[in-house]
Amino acid sequence: MPTMNMLQAINNALGIAMAEDEKVVCFGEDVGVFGGVFRATSHLQEKYGKARCFNTPLVEQGIIGFANGLAAQGGVPVAEIQFADYIFPAFDQIVNETAKFRYRSGDLFNVGGLTIRTPYGGGIHGGLYHSQSPEAYFAHTPGLKVVMPRNPYQAKGLLLAAIRDPDPVIFFEPKRLYRASTGEVPEEDYQLPIGEAEITKEGTDVTVVGWGAQMEVIDKAVALAEEAGIACEVIDLRSLLPWDADTVAESVLKTGRLVITHEAPLTGGFAGEIATTIQERCFLYLESPIARVTGLDTPFPLTLEKEYFPDHLKIFEAIQHSVNF
Amino acid sequence: MTQTSYAPDFMTGDEFSIPTFRVLSPEGELHDEAQAPKLTRDHARRIYHAMLATRILDERMMAAQRQGRLSFYMQCTGEEAAVVGATAALDDTDMIMAQYREQGALMYRGFSFDEFMNQLFGNELDYGKGRQMPVHYGSRKLHYMTISSPLATQIPQAAGYAYGQKLAEEGGCTITFFGEGAASEGDFHAALNMASVHQVPVIFFCRNNGYAISTPANEQFAADGIAPRAFGYHMHVIRVDGNDVLAVYEATHQARKIAVEKNQPVLIEAMTYRLAAHSSSDDPSGYRAKSEEETWRLKDPILRMQKWLSHKEWWSDDEEAETQERLRREVLETMKRAEKRPSPALDTLISDVYADITPALQHQFDALKQHIRRYPEAYPRGAKSLDLDVRDDANQPEGE
Repeated sequence: MPTMNMLQAINNALGIAMAEDEKVVCFGEDVGVFGGVFRATSHLQEKYGKARCFNTPLVEQGIIGFANGLAAQGGVPVAEIQFADYIFPAFDQIVNETAKFRYRSGDLFNVGGLTIRTPYGGGIHGGLYHSQSPEAYFAHTPGLKVVMPRNPYQAKGLLLAAIRDPDPVIFFEPKRLYRASTGEVPEEDYQLPIGEAEITKEGTDVTVVGWGAQMEVIDKAVALAEEAGIACEVIDLRSLLPWDADTVAESVLKTGRLVITHEAPLTGGFAGEIATTIQERCFLYLESPIARVTGLDTPFPLTLEKEYFPDHLKIFEAIQHSVNF
Repeated sequence: MTQTSYAPDFMTGDEFSIPTFRVLSPEGELHDEAQAPKLTRDHARRIYHAMLATRILDERMMAAQRQGRLSFYMQCTGEEAAVVGATAALDDTDMIMAQYREQGALMYRGFSFDEFMNQLFGNELDYGKGRQMPVHYGSRKLHYMTISSPLATQIPQAAGYAYGQKLAEEGGCTITFFGEGAASEGDFHAALNMASVHQVPVIFFCRNNGYAISTPANEQFAADGIAPRAFGYHMHVIRVDGNDVLAVYEATHQARKIAVEKNQPVLIEAMTYRLAAHSSSDDPSGYRAKSEEETWRLKDPILRMQKWLSHKEWWSDDEEAETQERLRREVLETMKRAEKRPSPALDTLISDVYADITPALQHQFDALKQHIRRYPEAYPRGAKSLDLDVRDDANQPEGE
């Protein structure tokens, strides 16, 4: 099995989707001949032509508006927003249009073919505007699906599932791991399920939940915890909308403890949603308060990024605190 | 193209003057130098009938709103020639992505009064399943995209839809309608630029009707209307008298040729006037003079076309009276039918959010049903849908 980094896996998935279905069209800023600023669309224009892989003007609301129309016509657009920090000019098109297309028309029309790919997250010294994790805004919007892969294998399988899903999907790619994360990825076509979490490590003492790039940080924290004799169960949520409450609840019924971590700020973050649901479903089984390890309620900093970041030490401390409560 | 200048000469756009294309005089006669488009008698009558039916539907439904039978309404009044004339110049399978005041387009394509009424009353036969406010029509079979309230969002979507049509190579195009107010939104500029860069068969049709709710056009933009914006995107553009149905038809007919034969977008600015209020919730007496409205009433697009048809002996006073009477009767009959029909079933609350209902949403819905069973009188529509026994007079909207 070949080894790929996350960009290669994403590029490979896009190639498979475009080869299989001529309705699949990739576009965005710098996506064409250059192959995207991160090179996720490398060589796609060469292989499939300018009509199916092309640059757009620098206008996010136009990119998503155009993509909505193309999807409504029966196309399968894969639109790239260069950084998740710059998705907000398209917020209206995504929240008021993409998400509501099927519902408001009574299923006369839909934009289920649409996938929006966008790199998110910190750790690249990107400061306020190249680091944000805006997933919670979109997870608050019925009609969208929100998917966040943790490694190259997951990225390929989930992206292929997103492109073929009958509903519009926002696919947040952890850009910090684009080249840093490598692993075995099959050359052939495969899909991973949207809406299903994955238990990446079994354990009995405490459940630790995250998604995307934060899974790597969790693994480091869990290694420290194991050394201290704490058996962690680790869950990668993979999809935030819909999210797999059953898998998390089952785990917490077993461990009685839950630590949730994300890069985004604490207040209004998706950890709040998980914590509420789990206390509803596991109230009498909880041995300690559900803990959230997140970014601070500040804009994403630059020079003090390390201090802001919900790193492995903060997660380790939360695990210890949960177990020793 | 690039010229050099050795003096700091600024330009404002006043160097250009965009004329208004006209064919018919207000008396329904051809202007001296103008030619009538090639319209058959049947086609011309179909156009006129759609304009007249739209006017009558609007009058009756506005009255129904005032009687409290309908929550909300918006009239096309004064703009029938712009909307119907443009639609008539297209193939009936071309896509229409409208703003909300374009019921004339649907009327022309054969949306029935029953279909209009089912949407207006949000009953169980409404294609939109009672989810949207009145006038948010949609029809897949008539290639009319379901209306959404946010302004201008349909404009870049039209560019994308047309891009799909270009890739399909079936010779179709998309027209998108919007007002001069919506043209201030970022989506308008995004759309024109993308359509021009990607060379798509789309017609951007601006109904410059003078007002965005209460804001007059001269407080909406400083330039000479919307048309000059096309220059910035290197796009074909024409300004047309929007109350002159023959001019609108011919301009759109030529625009469609450019769109479909050359895969190039076109901007049309139709100069017209919103004779009615913005909506049933608006009262224009607070922001414009009656005398201004009167001058535009004299330019009524329906009257103008009727005169032209009469000159050609394609329409008679008897037919006019007969048709008006029949249309009014049909509107009233269909309205009575539609308002008696039940609301959409309770499960339409959660269908179509996704292609399939998610387990989490199903769980919320099950909890809701249990609650309704405990308090059926508080939720008469839902209770009826669950076959619970509720008083008949309870099935009334809030506040009535």
